Amino acid sequence: MSTNNDALVHVGDLFVHFPIYRGLIRKQVGAVRAVDGVSFDIKRGETLGLVGESGSGKSTTGRAILQLRRPTSGKVDFNGIDLVHLKGEELRKMRRKMQMIFQDPYASLNPRMTVGEIVGEPLLVHNVASEAEANERVKQLLERVKLNPSFASRYPHEFSGGQRQRIGIARALALQPSFIVCDEPISALDVSIQAQVVNLLEELQEEFNLTYLFIAHDLSMVRHISDRVAVMYLGVIMELASRDEIYLKPLHPYTRALLSAIPIPDPIADSKRQRVILEGDIPSPVNPPSGCRFRTRCPIAEQICAEVRPEFRELRPGHFTACHFSERFL
Amino acid sequence: MPDLLLDVQGLETIFKTPDGELHAVNGVSFGLKEGETLGVVGESGCGKSVSMLSILRLIPTPPGKIIAGKANFFGQDLLKMSKDEIRAVRGSQIGIVFQDPMTSLNPVLTIGRQLQEPLMLHLGMTKKLAEDRAAQLLDMVGIPNAKERLSDYPHQFSGGMRQRVMIAMALACAPQILIADEPTTALDVTIQAQITDLVKRLRSELGMAIIWITHDLGVVAGLAHRVIVMYGGFIIEEAPINELYANPEHPYTLGLMGSLPRVDETGHHRLTSIEGLPPVLYEKPTYCPFAPRCKWVVEKCWKINPPLLNVGPEHTAACWVDTRTGKVRE
Repeated sequence: MSTNNDALVHVGDLFVHFPIYRGLIRKQVGAVRAVDGVSFDIKRGETLGLVGESGSGKSTTGRAILQLRRPTSGKVDFNGIDLVHLKGEELRKMRRKMQMIFQDPYASLNPRMTVGEIVGEPLLVHNVASEAEANERVKQLLERVKLNPSFASRYPHEFSGGQRQRIGIARALALQPSFIVCDEPISALDVSIQAQVVNLLEELQEEFNLTYLFIAHDLSMVRHISDRVAVMYLGVIMELASRDEIYLKPLHPYTRALLSAIPIPDPIADSKRQRVILEGDIPSPVNPPSGCRFRTRCPIAEQICAEVRPEFRELRPGHFTACHFSERFL
Repeated sequence: MPDLLLDVQGLETIFKTPDGELHAVNGVSFGLKEGETLGVVGESGCGKSVSMLSILRLIPTPPGKIIAGKANFFGQDLLKMSKDEIRAVRGSQIGIVFQDPMTSLNPVLTIGRQLQEPLMLHLGMTKKLAEDRAAQLLDMVGIPNAKERLSDYPHQFSGGMRQRVMIAMALACAPQILIADEPTTALDVTIQAQITDLVKRLRSELGMAIIWITHDLGVVAGLAHRVIVMYGGFIIEEAPINELYANPEHPYTLGLMGSLPRVDETGHHRLTSIEGLPPVLYEKPTYCPFAPRCKWVVEKCWKINPPLLNVGPEHTAACWVDTRTGKVRE
């Protein structure tokens, strides 16, 4: 995939390995291959959903794009600027344009800071507002995420999970970014609160023309919010396509199994479905299977899958898949 | 009804907190038939887990206290039993599986030791017999090399495997009832599908009744025969599975269904979120606990808390408004 003009973020052959050290002299004995050769573009104004099971490397990918975790190798372009080689003040400047919403609304807000301080901090740190301006802006932001502006003087423990997540969203919006990585922003919330937060994210996207990378393990929510979806497994993207393509015409056996594993809140529709139940667990990323990562759990694996790593190829326009046998599902 | 295996009437549980008495369960009545799977659905804090733990007398006392109710099980009231009597029921006639497979196994004892404990305690098996039976149980829940794995410790098992071990433990003494408290919530979807599939298989092999506590309307759809929806410590709707999903009646149930995105949805629509937050009840409400968040609310809702009213075949809902016609019920 090459960088084209409508791509805000371009990720090329991204690797993130976490070294494992052993012994007295802390010799490196291996690596957790969390992200192992991932390429994709995120277009301006779209929501790219990134789904996978725990340990698939989806959060690490999100963090590596924002340079919160430096990639082992590979390329991350943001607005045509290569982030991987930026350092210090230059990188800090870029950070204004890209923000993150974290998964755990309990751990991602400093309990000793007031809501006003939390939401206003980015403005002061980046020197874009005086204290008085920041206070004014905090009020606007809180109002925008449907919180009472008077909450600015309260502390995080006084709020519920859903309200805290709104505070996290207000903080992410403070610097008027163009790109936000949403790392499982709703998975810690109750169903009725999830819908409130998702609706808010959608409204904000329209209003501020935001681009989202929406990381989640919940495929139904990803289908709801995304324009395109990438499915990750053990550090590798297995399939990437527009949301309707991926849900209606999945070409990768992993995506097919994943989709069939999701329960549908409708007993009649649920009983009519054919389910593919995968055997076993996701293997360790320290020592991933040779060839295709998915072959150990794949219902259609053959000899070639152990020998040759399948190419990530475009089988239909805009529909990429990494499987030797995807033609079978065309 | 004579064919009820478990008959719970008017259960009320409170917790003493520094801020006052928290009314967690406010008069819950339901029956469980032999071989039936009952889904208990609700969001965090709705009282679903506390109700079921109260029946088993697993509520920490103090601060918790069961202040009213009966729970008839084979002609005996579980709530009036002595500590020794209830201990003899727990784990032998009623098995329990908890949400978090990481913390509900003892990390310093082998899986074999933990599986043998209920067998030796409740069934009086010798160590040798218990060992054989433990291996059979592990095999039954689909753990390969069952015999060798008995000497392994919990950390050597993955999340899904640990939940299988928990299920094996709960079923060790062939209970009449299995209470499963969010058993798949901590697991990935593909593993969740494995576990629900396993429970379905065991249910048809062993014929036990199941109480499945969950916040996920999707999981319940494929599993339960009948569903109870809880809110604010009350049962607010009860119906056979197909009836509930085809004709949800209570505004809260309608809201929950509307806030769920479906993986088989087509096109895009905003989720109908329920505004506001679930209640924290320091007094048993005399009004409908859902009234503050309800779109349909009428004056009567603030005056009298609606009891469960018949709204269809075996279908009851606690609401003064007929949400299909918008008319107020007598």
